[in-house]
Amino acid sequence: MKYLYLIFSSLKRKKLRTGLTILSIMVAFILFGYLTAIRQAFDAGVEVAGADRLIVRHKVSIIQLLPQSYEAKIESIDGVDNATHSTWFGGIYQQPTNFFAQMPIVPEELFDMFPEFIVSDEQKAAWLNTRSGVLVGRGLVDRFGWKLGDRIPINANIWRKKDGGRTWEFDLVAIYDGAEKGTDTSQFWIRYDFFDETRAIGAGLVGWYTVRVSDPDKAAEVAAAIDAEFANSAQETKTEPEGAFIQGFANQIGNIGFIIMSIMSAVFFTILLVAGNTMAYTVRERTNELAVLKAIGFTDLGVLGLVLGESFALTFVGGVLGLGLASMLVSLGDPTNGSFPVFYLPGSELLLGFLLIVVMAFIAGIVPALQAQKLQIADALRR
Amino acid sequence: MFNWISQVFSVTQFSIRSLPQRKGSSAAALLGIAGVVAVMVGVLSIAQGVLKTMQSSAGESSAIVLRSGADSEMMSGLGGEDTRIISEAPGIARNESGPLASPELFVVINLPMRSTGTDANVPLRGVQAPAMAVREGFRMVEGRMFEWGLNEVIVGTGAKQQFAGLEIGSSIEVGQERWPVVGVFDADGGLSESEIWVDAAVLQPAYRRGNSYQAVYAELNSRDAFDQFKDALTSDPRLNVKVMRQSEYYDSQSTTVYNLITGLGTIIAVIMGLGAVFGALNTMYTAVSSRTREIATLRALGFRSGPVVISVVSESLLLAFAGGLIGAGLAWLAFDGYRAATLNWASFSAITFAFDVNIALLAKGIIFAMIIGLIGGLFPAIRAARQPVAQALREL
Amino acid sequence: MTDNGSPSCLVNVSGVDKVFKRGSEVIHVLGGLDLEIPDGEFLALMGPSGSGKSTLLNLIGGLDRPSEGKVEVGGLRIDKLSDRKLAGWRARHVGLVFQFYNLMPVLSAQRNVELPLLLTKLSKSERKKRAAIALDIVGLSHRAGHFPRQLSGGEQQRTGIARAIVTDPTLLLCDEPTGDLDRKSGDEILDLLQALNKEQGKTIIMVTHDVHAADRATRTLHLNKGQLSTEAVD
Repeated sequence: MKYLYLIFSSLKRKKLRTGLTILSIMVAFILFGYLTAIRQAFDAGVEVAGADRLIVRHKVSIIQLLPQSYEAKIESIDGVDNATHSTWFGGIYQQPTNFFAQMPIVPEELFDMFPEFIVSDEQKAAWLNTRSGVLVGRGLVDRFGWKLGDRIPINANIWRKKDGGRTWEFDLVAIYDGAEKGTDTSQFWIRYDFFDETRAIGAGLVGWYTVRVSDPDKAAEVAAAIDAEFANSAQETKTEPEGAFIQGFANQIGNIGFIIMSIMSAVFFTILLVAGNTMAYTVRERTNELAVLKAIGFTDLGVLGLVLGESFALTFVGGVLGLGLASMLVSLGDPTNGSFPVFYLPGSELLLGFLLIVVMAFIAGIVPALQAQKLQIADALRR
Repeated sequence: MFNWISQVFSVTQFSIRSLPQRKGSSAAALLGIAGVVAVMVGVLSIAQGVLKTMQSSAGESSAIVLRSGADSEMMSGLGGEDTRIISEAPGIARNESGPLASPELFVVINLPMRSTGTDANVPLRGVQAPAMAVREGFRMVEGRMFEWGLNEVIVGTGAKQQFAGLEIGSSIEVGQERWPVVGVFDADGGLSESEIWVDAAVLQPAYRRGNSYQAVYAELNSRDAFDQFKDALTSDPRLNVKVMRQSEYYDSQSTTVYNLITGLGTIIAVIMGLGAVFGALNTMYTAVSSRTREIATLRALGFRSGPVVISVVSESLLLAFAGGLIGAGLAWLAFDGYRAATLNWASFSAITFAFDVNIALLAKGIIFAMIIGLIGGLFPAIRAARQPVAQALREL
Repeated sequence: MTDNGSPSCLVNVSGVDKVFKRGSEVIHVLGGLDLEIPDGEFLALMGPSGSGKSTLLNLIGGLDRPSEGKVEVGGLRIDKLSDRKLAGWRARHVGLVFQFYNLMPVLSAQRNVELPLLLTKLSKSERKKRAAIALDIVGLSHRAGHFPRQLSGGEQQRTGIARAIVTDPTLLLCDEPTGDLDRKSGDEILDLLQALNKEQGKTIIMVTHDVHAADRATRTLHLNKGQLSTEAVD
């Protein structure tokens, strides 16, 4: 640790160069942090998906509806704990750019199926007592600045009301928070009974089923059993684990993970060039100094350690600054203003960032460090 | 004036001769800039590709009619009777078969993507005869057109490429039925190439739609006929519709995706650009400091500061230009024409497109590189020019 | 001229050759050289450029290895030590003074002097104390916090000497210590070296061009074409 002073002092030799290199490294890690948060936003749904939950939908197309009567049949299948249905309401709040999902569901079933939604008992009761009431996630509430008691009008494109109108009015009587960081708190739940009695068409038809299996290891078997039950009927089903279903959607948007990985590789490659180059210059210009250190009695390994130490110090400062700034930027919120259900930087990825700092410092510094190690005192002093 | 130019020339000569000493850091800066430009052009080419697909779709004189309040075909609903009224509106072009108004049904069907094997919502369009005429550049490229009334489908080139099981001879499963693929069509790079087409009369019962459609695509007599067409329909008490130019419609559909990608792409490019600026500054400061004595000697001999600044900035600009060219070239080679699919948020259906590395984008990339080079060279140049000569001569 | 294996000899160089390769050229700098240096001597090595005096100094100080022959310091065959052991030996037994001082520009005078002590197991306070003592001996206590660029040539060299003696080494090796200094500063340095030799009994080997500097030594040898003699060769 006594060498720390020596290492940092050496970096002060060319303050501008050191500073610029640190800034370059910082930028790379800002990108790393921010892009990781973006990638996480796409992956989040998949991660928090219940391992014991399946999604049952119409086999031909997601926009086709299933009979509500399927629920009883599904629940009678071996291995199924509980099944509940939801439907795509697809309405618009004020204007199309304010897009968010609204879904009718049976309230008691929701609480049973999605324990990750945390609601106060008071509000639960309020929802159960108000037919036109809705349960809204905290994220969505914050986005539009709603409060409990607000009346929220939604323009329904698909579901015309029995009275001919298209504007549905809902009362915000309950708000839910997510149990985990990655839980989606941007949803808008309508009471199914209110929905079914008010809609002019499609009575008794629902969008899809969420099924909880008693044994997650048997999920695949249960899924197959459900599909077999409805095979060759007028409405065939396709059942898959919730995580796979969400992943499928993410895949449709694009191979985000691959794109981000490619960008990050390009970025880090560039940074390695910059940092490596700086370290190379540092050694080249200090041949004499390094030779003197060896003359005084520093071993070859000692000098190698010194150069590597400088590389680490440089990369560490830049990397920590970068990760810190990235965290700050991420905490500013969703850059797409609502499209991402969650937006945060997971601790595990920060850890990965630190690991990358170490790796990069090593790669950038190892060649110059080896050169320093091999330096012959007599030759170097002569120069 | 001439003296000045020759000074710039001499100083620059010195720079170029000493370049080999600094090849390491010059290469680093150059590759850094190349990387930034490549990424920027690559990411933005996605947005360009989506936009191009959207824009290819709409002709000057085409219009689309949806139900009032609907933002996309998916959300719209028009009765069969409505579509008949619409097709008789003034302004619609006609051919020997009748008015060029095409009532269409738009749904999606689950098909696996070739790349991941997971399902995508592939657009499935129920059409009538005028549909082909109303689409720009529609033509069959493989197989044949489907026969009306039969369970046959044709697929767009984009759809065939991105989704599994759409070759001629295969069938798509619709409930209990199997609908064979009999042909592949092309539409000038337009949106329809992401779709599967079938006779509307066959699709309606399969999706239980009765006699309803979702949109009417119409080809008008001329660009100016639009107003007349629109007024006639919106003032008709029997209808409750929304009339747009097709180009407007596609604009509205692509806005979200385009803005999203462009926004994110720009943020990434700016941040990377910042990193590249630091890298370029680093290189140029090193370049300058290694020639401090040289530059000072020249100035002591009578060369002016101006030429020194110009020489350093030119070197940086040259480096940046080379880097930008390499980056843009790489992006073009790697990405242009690369086919992919993404999700159309408005209709929750897949759209296939090709990454579009167009000239405008390449130019943007190179300009961006030059800006980086300018900043990277300016500060070191000014420092070199302002350093007191005596001090510089002493510096080892 | 040479004494055969007398026990008071600190340095014993015998049959030493040093060959350098410059591309395809082979240069014999030293050939079959013998030298004995008794403990407490202040030896001046003189000779024309390229005569190999710095090379000889490097060999004695363990900064380089002979192509042939043996180098013995304090009874230890240093030419047989591994690189790592040699580094350790140098840290403890050799103090180096250079023509161009070779101080670390990023460290203060005091930190520069402390540098060799980093290689020991001494505590931080111990190191500071010893550095302070060394600086005091060379008369630079009042400039301890200054950086090399703030010191005159003479002050920098004195710092260099302080660094060289801070570990209390067996040998002090000086390569043209006054080469970059004016007459007055140079004399001050030579006074210091003489004092270290006479009052503290330090064995000093000094390579120099300057006859006046050599006059301060207890013995002067001339090196020419790889051979030692007591007389200068014109």
